[in-house]
Amino acid sequence: MGERMVDEILRVENLHVSVEGTPILNGVNLIINRGEIHAVMGRNGAGKSTLANVVMGHPAYEITEGSIFYKGQPLEDLEVFERARAGMFLSFQYPASIPGVQVGSFLKKSVASVRDEPPKGRAFRKELTAAMEQLSMDKSFLSRYVNDGFSGGEKKRLEILQMLLLQPHLALLDETDSGLDIDALRIVAQGINEVAVNSGCLIITHYQRLLDLVKPDFVHAMIDGVIIKTGGPELALRLEDKGYDWLDVAA
Amino acid sequence: MSDETQEIIGDYRYGFHDPENSTIRFDKGLSEQVVRDISELKDEPQWMTDLRVKAFRHFAERVMPEWGNCDMLNTIDFENITYFLRSSNQTEKSWDEVPDDIKNTFDRLGIPEAEQKWLGGVTAQYESEAVYHSIREDLEEQGVIFLDMDSGLKQYPELVKKYFGTVIPHSDNKFSALNTAVWSGGSFLYIPKGVSVEMPVQAYFRINAKNMGQFERTLIIADEGSTVHYVEGCTAPSYSTDSLHSAVVELIAMEGAKIRYSTVQNWSSNVYNLVTKRAVAHKNATVEWVDGNIGSKLTMKYPSVLLKGEGAHAEVISVAYAGKGQHQDTGAKVHHLASNTTSNILSKSISKDGGRSSYRGLLQVTPKSTGCRSKVVCDALILDGDSRSDTYPTMEIGNSSSDLEHEASVSKVSSGQLFYLMSRGFTEDEAMGLIVNGFFEPFTRELPMEYAVELNKLLELEMEGSIG
Repeated sequence: MGERMVDEILRVENLHVSVEGTPILNGVNLIINRGEIHAVMGRNGAGKSTLANVVMGHPAYEITEGSIFYKGQPLEDLEVFERARAGMFLSFQYPASIPGVQVGSFLKKSVASVRDEPPKGRAFRKELTAAMEQLSMDKSFLSRYVNDGFSGGEKKRLEILQMLLLQPHLALLDETDSGLDIDALRIVAQGINEVAVNSGCLIITHYQRLLDLVKPDFVHAMIDGVIIKTGGPELALRLEDKGYDWLDVAA
Repeated sequence: MSDETQEIIGDYRYGFHDPENSTIRFDKGLSEQVVRDISELKDEPQWMTDLRVKAFRHFAERVMPEWGNCDMLNTIDFENITYFLRSSNQTEKSWDEVPDDIKNTFDRLGIPEAEQKWLGGVTAQYESEAVYHSIREDLEEQGVIFLDMDSGLKQYPELVKKYFGTVIPHSDNKFSALNTAVWSGGSFLYIPKGVSVEMPVQAYFRINAKNMGQFERTLIIADEGSTVHYVEGCTAPSYSTDSLHSAVVELIAMEGAKIRYSTVQNWSSNVYNLVTKRAVAHKNATVEWVDGNIGSKLTMKYPSVLLKGEGAHAEVISVAYAGKGQHQDTGAKVHHLASNTTSNILSKSISKDGGRSSYRGLLQVTPKSTGCRSKVVCDALILDGDSRSDTYPTMEIGNSSSDLEHEASVSKVSSGQLFYLMSRGFTEDEAMGLIVNGFFEPFTRELPMEYAVELNKLLELEMEGSIG
């Protein structure tokens, strides 16, 4: 029993969520254990991003029923920054830009606030340089303003760079593959695979192509705010091939 | 009194005060006699006494400005202000000679430390006069004159007489008249031809007494082809009664000269800060005002540049932070009086907790000044529904061969930015601090690093506990 608690990273139970009174999620159930990669697929508006955002604590989403547990603890009383400090990470579909704040100092401050024993000075720079090399990011990134004037691909790389540095226990990746060319996708996938070894991973995507590079243990199909079918990697291939209509009929 | 002081200090780090020791202290209130007494005490030449009296008469007759925050302006009680207070009998060249209380204050403000590390010269004014003054020997050897204004008048009367009041005449406005009548202290800086002063020189102004009026007068002359960076800072104790700071700053940049004048104004929130700053830029000269307004109750200040010579350039970068009970009425004025002159104005303001910021700008291109270029950008950030921001831009363009751009924006901090930063481990206050520092970054990056760090800390402090 104790061992099971340690392995369980995320448990979503009968989750109902509304935005400004409109129901988006209508009873989602999901358990993610350490070392598992889960993919959630679905059409636009199915509620995939809502799931990631509500787990991270976005204030615009109201939980009307059900619960979310992180490492066995209910999340409802944890503020967004406390979730981050507890090891949760969301790679945004549309990361906000913060004009005037340089990437370098932003990363340093973020790592200092999230990691228990953040590396200092030279050790941090060394780690940062290694991570940036891994993602083929030029040093000039560090003096640019956070996401300000970044291309879609640059934004996604910066998200993955943050994930590598923050070393989360739960990584929520919201359409991280969109806007990436195949080389960038390969680099990003490598970053995800590295983090996934030691954490629970939830990948939200429309496409198979990321899942060719990051092998999911479970694939969930979401329709109208409900996970309607769960399977292995073969489900993703089938969804890519046939779309979602056959599921609607089955439901 | 200490309770009352304590109560309003709040987060303001510089709100402490010393005992009010003085060697000479005038009774409160203003009259022609007070003006004559100041001049006599300073043993000034007759022309200066006459100018002071003329200015006083103009001040007495001139009505208060009928624009801006009249409600606040009209609460100034000119009779409840001390117009002259001498706290030390001489201006010292060594901090060790400065009276202990005063030295301790400047130690707490970090001035001697900054001087050792990165400044070419320092003047420290306490109440009405400079208590400390020094300049690096190498600058002196190159002929750079850096004195407090009183000493400048004594040692270089002809030079002062030639330029004093030529950029800002006493009759310019009510407060320039007041300053001309009762001025005391300030800086006199002359850079000889071709001399480039690499390290900034700094003036620090401290008000200590209650109901104090500080009227420093600064005159900077950069001769042909010279460059200088002058930095000023200021603070005051927090009292429940008001003080008045009304300075006049005149800059003259001769042909090909470059003057940068940087200010971090951080008066306590009981200080009226009504300042006239204006520069003349001759042929191919550059004047840059880098002007930060964080403190005070009401600030009215519009650094100006008269582009008199062909090819002259003006740069005005300003930020204003208006918190609870504060009104920052700031801006910039540039007059293109010659052809092919250029200017850039960037103004950024933040309003919070009911604070009010106003941008008031004037851009003038005379009909004969052809081929001028100017860009004006005003950005306002409003942090809550109680706060306010207004823009009053005026443009007078006299010809069609000039190229002018004007952009203005008013924005709020987006919930998307806050959520993004909080998801990276920042508390809501820290996230606000980052966003606000980022918003001011185009200004802070222009400051010497030490000032930039200090300003960022100040703003972070202002964001603490800001969100319910």
